[in-house]
Amino acid sequence: MISSSCDKLTVLPLDKEGASVVDLTQDLRLVPSLGKLEIEGEVMELLNQISEFLQQGDDEKVFELTKQAIEQDLNPKVILDNGLIFGMNIIGEKFKKHEIFLPDVLMAAKAMYAGLDQLKPLLDSKGISGLGKVVIGTVQGDLHDIGKNLVGIMLKGAGFDVIDLGKDVPPEKFVETAKRENAKLIGMSALLTTTMTNMKKVVDLVRKDNSDIKVIIGGAPVSKEFADEIGADAYAYDAGNAVECVKNLISGAK
Amino acid sequence: MNTIFKRIKNREILVADGAMGTMLFARGLKPGEPPESVNLKNPEILEEIAQAYLDAGADIIQTNTFGASPLKLSDYGMQDKTEEINRIAVEKVRKVVREKAYVSGSVGPSGKLLKPFGDTEPDDIYLSFKRQMKALINADVDLICIETMTDLNEASLAIKAAKSISPEIPIMATMTFDETPRGFYTIMGVSIEDAVVGLQKAGADIIGSNCGNGIENMIKIAREFKKLTILPTIIQSNAGIPEMKEGKLFYSETSEFFAEKTKELIDAGVSIIGGCCGTTPEYIRAIRKVVDNYIQKD
Repeated sequence: MISSSCDKLTVLPLDKEGASVVDLTQDLRLVPSLGKLEIEGEVMELLNQISEFLQQGDDEKVFELTKQAIEQDLNPKVILDNGLIFGMNIIGEKFKKHEIFLPDVLMAAKAMYAGLDQLKPLLDSKGISGLGKVVIGTVQGDLHDIGKNLVGIMLKGAGFDVIDLGKDVPPEKFVETAKRENAKLIGMSALLTTTMTNMKKVVDLVRKDNSDIKVIIGGAPVSKEFADEIGADAYAYDAGNAVECVKNLISGAK
Repeated sequence: MNTIFKRIKNREILVADGAMGTMLFARGLKPGEPPESVNLKNPEILEEIAQAYLDAGADIIQTNTFGASPLKLSDYGMQDKTEEINRIAVEKVRKVVREKAYVSGSVGPSGKLLKPFGDTEPDDIYLSFKRQMKALINADVDLICIETMTDLNEASLAIKAAKSISPEIPIMATMTFDETPRGFYTIMGVSIEDAVVGLQKAGADIIGSNCGNGIENMIKIAREFKKLTILPTIIQSNAGIPEMKEGKLFYSETSEFFAEKTKELIDAGVSIIGGCCGTTPEYIRAIRKVVDNYIQKD
């Protein structure tokens, strides 16, 4: 299984016609055969600026620059990957290392959405699917959602289509939504030790159907041992790790 | 009943109580039920818990009102019961402890994120705290304990809300820190120094830390607090990080370990020592014993 690293973005060739140059269902970072083509300096500069302003949490600037990039007919997938996701990955890494804190991540996420909201319709109309659909939520009985929200932001930033069911989500709803939406993965969070047992119910429901939906869990009281005990596919210790785990699970599922 | 300051000034170390949630779950609170629902449904449990901590030797007993601000209660559609929930919680503890211990009104985070990071206006959080503080103070708590805070702005709003109801009520304020390579910070990025300056400025009388990742970190946190402030310090530590074993919750730090480490908290100059998640009357009894017998090293 490929363990993808978040900070090594290969710069991809631009194709103004759309997405035909590369197989966009793949993680672009894992396509070394294309080689590193030089993006024109000006364009690269624009993408760098998007990433920089995103990291500073400046949503107005990110909105403006993304708009500019779209008007210059840049491939929306390139704007997403080399601008927004690139910046968000740096934020994720820094948060993981405690170099920055939750407010910085939240502000960066706001800025990311300012760009992503404009790109979304373009990506959809070109039939460029993201990395896949995932369903996330906080388990039944648990009303904590800061951690889960963070995971949602990071997954969206990484290019996943995230369906966030919110908090206090019954086991059946996780599974029904995942099936209906054809999602590849369910991500669950719990902060209370008393609600983590509800995670097992979801795993059991998924297994009962012989479904190939993957299940990943996280949250303060949750551990690798607990994940193994209930039969979940993975345990993520923080939001950045969640993105890596989800990528691994989904590429493994293909 | 501001004798608490006099006692602290006389270098007496006060013992606070231990966990509330842990005790409630042991008495039948169901996963997912709000702990404050007990105040309406089985208030006699509150007396039982207060009695257990009083017998263990606690000088300060907290009310079961950690999540009893209307904003937080609204998660369960219970915001209309704010006054009742807070009043009953205070009455039940008071009935047991009378004047033998201080009744401390527990106030936890609103569960909302302030603008611009979240979508909640400071005023909404302030008014929510104010309503809870009014209910607690009207029910005659001896002090207010604003705890488990990670956002300094929110903690300050809570302190100001309490002051607006009663300028003289003693206020304890604690924040929850994680250890990072650059020192201790809350998840919202508040350093110990920021916390000391901010909590003090907002009007807290006793400041410190609760919850967290075990008592050893708390000793380091306490030392930093004492370096930065002359205000009395309170430490209420978790019994370590919770672990799951065969579907059962398990805290790694024992009461014996707590007792041993309590000596270091005393040496660090902490004025009030209690427990948080995972601690029971057994832990408080162990702390009491050390407090009564240990002679502080200067």
